[in-house]
Amino acid sequence: MTRVHDMGGRFGDGPVVPEPQGIARFKAEWQARALALTLASGALGKWNIDTSRHARECLSPADYARFSYYEKWIAALADLLVETGLLEAGDLRDAGSGASLPLIDAALKSDQVAAVLAKGGAYDRPGDVPVAFAVGQAVQTVRPSANRLIDGGHTRLPSYAAGARGRILRCHGAHVFPDSNAHLAGESPQPLYSVIFPAGELWSAPENPKDEVVLDLWQPYLEPA
Amino acid sequence: MPHDHSDHDHPHALLPPDPALRVKALETILTRKGLVDPAALDEIIDAYQNRIGPRNGAEVVARAWTDPAFHTALMADATSVVADLGYYGRQGEHMVVVENTPQTHNMVVCTLCSCYPWPLLGIPPGWYKSDAYRARAVREPRKVLADFGVSLPETTAVRVWDSTAEVRYLVLPMRPAGSDGMTAAQLADLVTRDSMIGTGLPRVPS
Repeated sequence: MTRVHDMGGRFGDGPVVPEPQGIARFKAEWQARALALTLASGALGKWNIDTSRHARECLSPADYARFSYYEKWIAALADLLVETGLLEAGDLRDAGSGASLPLIDAALKSDQVAAVLAKGGAYDRPGDVPVAFAVGQAVQTVRPSANRLIDGGHTRLPSYAAGARGRILRCHGAHVFPDSNAHLAGESPQPLYSVIFPAGELWSAPENPKDEVVLDLWQPYLEPA
Repeated sequence: MPHDHSDHDHPHALLPPDPALRVKALETILTRKGLVDPAALDEIIDAYQNRIGPRNGAEVVARAWTDPAFHTALMADATSVVADLGYYGRQGEHMVVVENTPQTHNMVVCTLCSCYPWPLLGIPPGWYKSDAYRARAVREPRKVLADFGVSLPETTAVRVWDSTAEVRYLVLPMRPAGSDGMTAAQLADLVTRDSMIGTGLPRVPS
């Protein structure tokens, strides 16, 4: 039901290794190029952030586990470019040949980069779905964690939090619904809430009974408790 | 849209397996097709290696420590307050600031991918994107904090924020003892990147 990226709570990973403070550094030049290529390709407007997340999640479990972070990005980017028709599979097979074409109008230009990064893209929307839950209200997440629109599709309810009881901490208003948006099936805005769970509701042996986990969850992931 | 393929059907498998060669090949193709401008790639990299980083977040934290009206506004609507400082942007469209107190320590993770407040902290460090952090931060935050050399009293609750939507969280750490009388600029030097993620504490003035 779940995919390999859904790893919250998993046992068996080793220590977390801190790094120097300050701006995070790329470990190699190709990692910087991978990030920049992904952003510049995204600016072509053929997909959205949920689509690109889902493309990474659709890597085979073996690839997902063995690829480093930016290898996942570049593999998913190649897959998306072919899926959306910006490239053909043959282009990937034979990178070095073919005519050079002029830069298309939609391509991100260097003098536009700062403005595009600063502009971002908000995800809140005017929503016509009535808000069902109030701050402080007890709720329970649906179980299993799964896309209810497309089997095996993108969803943002981690499996560790499926079927758990918490309470509404905050309502963010309606936001683009990833379960639909990832599949270019419409933004379908849904009310988004911060929901707080006691650690003991999620884990059999919480480190401290006072500890809590907060997740941002869309209304379709929630039921009254 | 992307759906399941057997391994050999994923188009990416047609590219060279070595990551550096793979990225180079893709950049070559996209440039040749007129879809990507290499100069724009240079500009993106320059922005995230030289301009957009945790100094931005540290400025916000130091100001919140020294300006009560700013603090109140920041806690009420962080998105518009940081936008006024020029820190709105990609991966920071919906900001929420969560404040540490003696009762509650906040810590931010993204278990499903690596969501992070880019305009305030820059690109995430390697550990934030690691399987170990994503897997462990929600279940055993205190052991993860120990990996960073941080130990909290049992009386302090740890509240972990899993960034599952487009809301991005910045931790407002507690102002360190011994920092009375310091200017906002001096205080900003105490604010580490990790203290704004919640895996570290601010530096203590020497």
